[in-house]
Amino acid sequence: MRIALFVPCYVDQLRPRVGMAALRLLEGLGLEVEFPEAQTCCGQPLLNSGGRREACRLAHRFLDVFANYDRIVCPSASCVATVTRRYRELVGESPRLAAIEERTRELCAFLVEQQGGQPLAGRFPHRVGLHASCHALRELRQGAASELVQPPPADPARQLLASLEGISFAELRRGDECCGFGGAFALEEEAVSRRMGLDRLADHRAGGAEVLASTDVSCLLHLEGLARRRSLPLRAMHVAEILVEALDSA
Amino acid sequence: MNDHASRAAAFNADAERTGWHDRALWHVRERRDRAAAQLPEWEALRDAAGEIKAHTLSQLDLYLERFEQNALQAGASVHWARDADELCSLVHALLESRGVSKVVKSKSMLTEECGLNPHLEARGIEVVDTDLGERIVQLRGEPPSHIVLPAIHIKKEEVGELFHREMGSPEGLDDPTRLTEVARGDLRQRFLAAEAGITGVNFGVAETGGIVVCSNEGNVDLGTALPPLHIACMGIEKLVPRERDLPVFLRLLARSATGQAITSYTSHFHGPRPGGELHIVLVDNGRSQLLSSEAFESALRCIRCGACLNTCPVYRRSGGHSYASVIPGPIGSVLEPARDAEAHASLPFACTLCGSCGDVCPVKIPLSQQLLAWRGRLVERGHLGATRRFAQRFAAAVLARPRLYAALGALGRALGRRTPAFLLRANAWGRSRELPELPHRSFRAEWARRRDGS
Repeated sequence: MRIALFVPCYVDQLRPRVGMAALRLLEGLGLEVEFPEAQTCCGQPLLNSGGRREACRLAHRFLDVFANYDRIVCPSASCVATVTRRYRELVGESPRLAAIEERTRELCAFLVEQQGGQPLAGRFPHRVGLHASCHALRELRQGAASELVQPPPADPARQLLASLEGISFAELRRGDECCGFGGAFALEEEAVSRRMGLDRLADHRAGGAEVLASTDVSCLLHLEGLARRRSLPLRAMHVAEILVEALDSA
Repeated sequence: MNDHASRAAAFNADAERTGWHDRALWHVRERRDRAAAQLPEWEALRDAAGEIKAHTLSQLDLYLERFEQNALQAGASVHWARDADELCSLVHALLESRGVSKVVKSKSMLTEECGLNPHLEARGIEVVDTDLGERIVQLRGEPPSHIVLPAIHIKKEEVGELFHREMGSPEGLDDPTRLTEVARGDLRQRFLAAEAGITGVNFGVAETGGIVVCSNEGNVDLGTALPPLHIACMGIEKLVPRERDLPVFLRLLARSATGQAITSYTSHFHGPRPGGELHIVLVDNGRSQLLSSEAFESALRCIRCGACLNTCPVYRRSGGHSYASVIPGPIGSVLEPARDAEAHASLPFACTLCGSCGDVCPVKIPLSQQLLAWRGRLVERGHLGATRRFAQRFAAAVLARPRLYAALGALGRALGRRTPAFLLRANAWGRSRELPELPHRSFRAEWARRRDGS
C-alpha cells in the first residue's frame, strides 16, 4: 500500500511538528509513508474567500500530485473535507476525482481504521478539552453533531484519545460550537471571531481543560493565540501530538 | 460601505450585551434540540419536508394555478404581484376603494420585504403591527432583528421604558407578563377600530385553495375576525400540494422555531367568512428568478422558522441589525444577495462555514454550500474589490510553484520572527491573538533533512 502524507500548507509552515507527529504515528504502525514534495495547498483558503478559479487550479494540481497513491492521509479534517466534499463542484465529477475522494483520509480516522479498534499503549494524565472541528463533524461526519437526531457516527479522535491511560475529558456546555477561526473570517470579522474564540476558551476552562485538542491546527492556532495573549494556562495540541507524547511516556 | 464586519464590531463593543444576546438565542436553540429529540422520526420528517418542497418548486406553475382555481372556488379573490411595488399598490388600492384608514397587521416577513407599512403610512393609512415583538420594533421605529423573534435584541427594561413613553404604563415596569398586559390593553382598541386585517401566510394548500397562518398570540384570529376585509400576502413559494402534507411542516415549524410542539394557533382560512372579503395576493418579487438558479433554488424551500439564525454563532454575536437586510442570518445571507448583490456582498462572508445552519434546517437547505457559492459569484462579479482578486491570483501563482512557496514561507517566518511585537499587535490577527511561534524549519525542510540524512 502506497501511503502519501498530505501536510496542509499552514501545518507545513507554522506547525511542522504536527506533520512529524503524524509521520511517526503512521510509521509506528509499520507503514511506509511518502511525502510528495510537489504538494502545496488544497486550495481551501482560496475557495472560501471566493477565488473559485484559483482554487480550481490548485484542485487539479492536487489530483495530479496525489494520483498514484492508495491512501492519502492528512492531519486536518478541514482540508480532507475540501478534497472529498468540495472538489466535486470545483472540478466536476470524474473517475479520477472519485478515486481521490475514496482514498483520502483524516489522520485519526485512518489510524482507527488501521488499528481495527486496538487500544493505544500510551499515557496522558491530563484533562483534555476536545474541540470538535466543524468540518470533521458536519462535513466528514466524524462524531455527533448536536443538531441531528440520529445515532451519532463514531468520533475517531475521541476514540483514540480515550484509549490513553490517565486521560480525562472536560465536559462542555456547548460541545460542538464553532471556535470562530473560519479562515479569512478570523481577520475580516475580527470582533466576532475573537468573541467566538473567547467563548470557547471559557467553556473549556470551566470544564477544567488543561489541554485543548483538535483534529485541526487552524482552530488551535486561533484558540491558542487568544489564550496566550491572555496568559491562560492551556496547551493547544493536535491529537497526533498528544498521541506521540503519550506513546513516549508509556 | 455596506459592511457586516464593521456593524458587528460595533455590536461587540458592548461585550456584556453581546453575551446576553448570544445566550438568549442559544436558549431557543436548546429548546429546539429538546423538542426535536422527542421525535425519533425527526430526520425522516426533515427529509420528507425537503422533498415535498423540492417537488412543489419543480412544478410551481401547475400548483399555483391549481391553488388559484381552488381559492376562487372557495370564494376568495386572488391577485398576482410581480414585485414589491405591485404588492404595495395593489393592497393600497384595495384599502382605498373600501375607504379603509385603519389596518391591523399580523407578522409577515413578506410585507416587511416589500416595504408595505411605509407605503401605506405615506398614504394616510394607519398600520398597527399586532404581534408583541413587531409592535415593540414598530414603536421604536426599527426593523425586526429576527424573523420569528423581531424584538429579541431588546431587553425587558427597555420595553418598559418604551411602553411608559408610548402607552403611559408605570415607570420602571419590567415584568414581561405585565408589559404584555399593557400592550394587549392598547392593542384591543386598535383591533376594534380596524377596518381591515393584513396577514402573512405560512402555507397555501394547492388542492383546497386554503391558507394557513401560524401564530402564538391570537392576533391573527382577532385581526381577521373583527374587520370585514382580510388581505393575505403570500410568497409564491409558500405552497404545498395537499392538505395531508401540512402536518409534516406544522410538526417541524414550531419545534424548529421556538421548541414548541405546535404554535398556539394554527388558523386555516378557506374563503372569506360570511359577509366578509378574503383577498390573497401572490407575490413573486424575485422568487421566480431564484427558481431558475440551480445553485440557489432550494433556498425557496425556507419556511421562515428562524432556526438557522438561532444556531448561527455569528448571528448570535452580531445581532440581526448587523446584516442590514430584511432577513438576517444564514438564510438572509443567501436570499439578500439575490435581491441586491452589491448592497449585500459582505453577508456570505459573515460566516465561518461551520455548517450548523444546514444541519438544523427543517427543510434541509444546504445553506453553507450556498453561502460558499455566493462568495465565488460575488468575487467574480467584482463586488469584493480588485485587491482581493489580485491577492488570490498571487497566492495561486505561488502555490502552484512548490519551490517558490517554500522560499516565500521561509522568508515570511524569518521576517515574522524579527518583527517587533507592537507591529504584530497592530494587524487583524495580532490585535487579539498571539502569533504562533514560528518554527525555523517547515515540515518539508524536516522531511528533506531526514531523507538526505538517511
